[in-house]
Amino acid sequence: MELLERFAAGDVDAFEALFRQHQGEVYRWIMRIVRNTAVAEDLTLETFWRAHRAHARFDPAKGNCGAWLRRIATNAAIDHLRHARREVPLPDDLPATAQQPPGEQIELRREILRAMNKLSPRIRAVVLLALVEEEPYQRIAEALGISENAVKVRVFRGVRILRKTLSQAGVHP
Amino acid sequence: MKEPGIDDLKRLLKEALPPAHGAELGRDLWPAMLQRLDQRAMRVPWWDWALLATLAAALFLFPGIIPALLYHL
Repeated sequence: MELLERFAAGDVDAFEALFRQHQGEVYRWIMRIVRNTAVAEDLTLETFWRAHRAHARFDPAKGNCGAWLRRIATNAAIDHLRHARREVPLPDDLPATAQQPPGEQIELRREILRAMNKLSPRIRAVVLLALVEEEPYQRIAEALGISENAVKVRVFRGVRILRKTLSQAGVHP
Repeated sequence: MKEPGIDDLKRLLKEALPPAHGAELGRDLWPAMLQRLDQRAMRVPWWDWALLATLAAALFLFPGIIPALLYHL
């Protein structure tokens, strides 16, 4: 029996094999949305936990386990953004750019983070994936379970909200 | 539906939030996954607790049903 079929049948060894095969990819995808290593690790586990619970709904005939996991991961990341919205500002523990920004740039960065935090989790995820990570719209659409046009609409809305918030703060991109 | 000057905003966003596509997973998460599977397997679902609480409340409020329950058990 193929690995995916064994996974769909509830085989734990097959689940482990899929976990080891996809954990890095799932982690990197989540990291693009939440931008925090500890949270991304936790959400990677949450993604596979949800996948494990839903193994019976996975259709091995379709075969694209990576896309299925990416969709679960995106939902888990958006759920996290939704719950963390009021408590934690958009985290960013990625390495800073080459040189330490001077005071003015730090202030600009703070304004941008503040503007990003004003976006709804669904729009923020799309803006991060489309504008910062430059993921193809089709891949984002697949991960969110929406059409490419819906992705474009969310990017458009996100850009408008960001522009409005930033111009209120005196930044005019 | 591309807004004019979107590239400037993109540049600003990238300066504030450097792209994360280079981020790599630093450790194997399988041991943590096994731990989570064990924990979740042992956890009693909230629905079961709710059912138990409802039953306890019903027995407390209507003790007359206890003999009927015992008879059917």
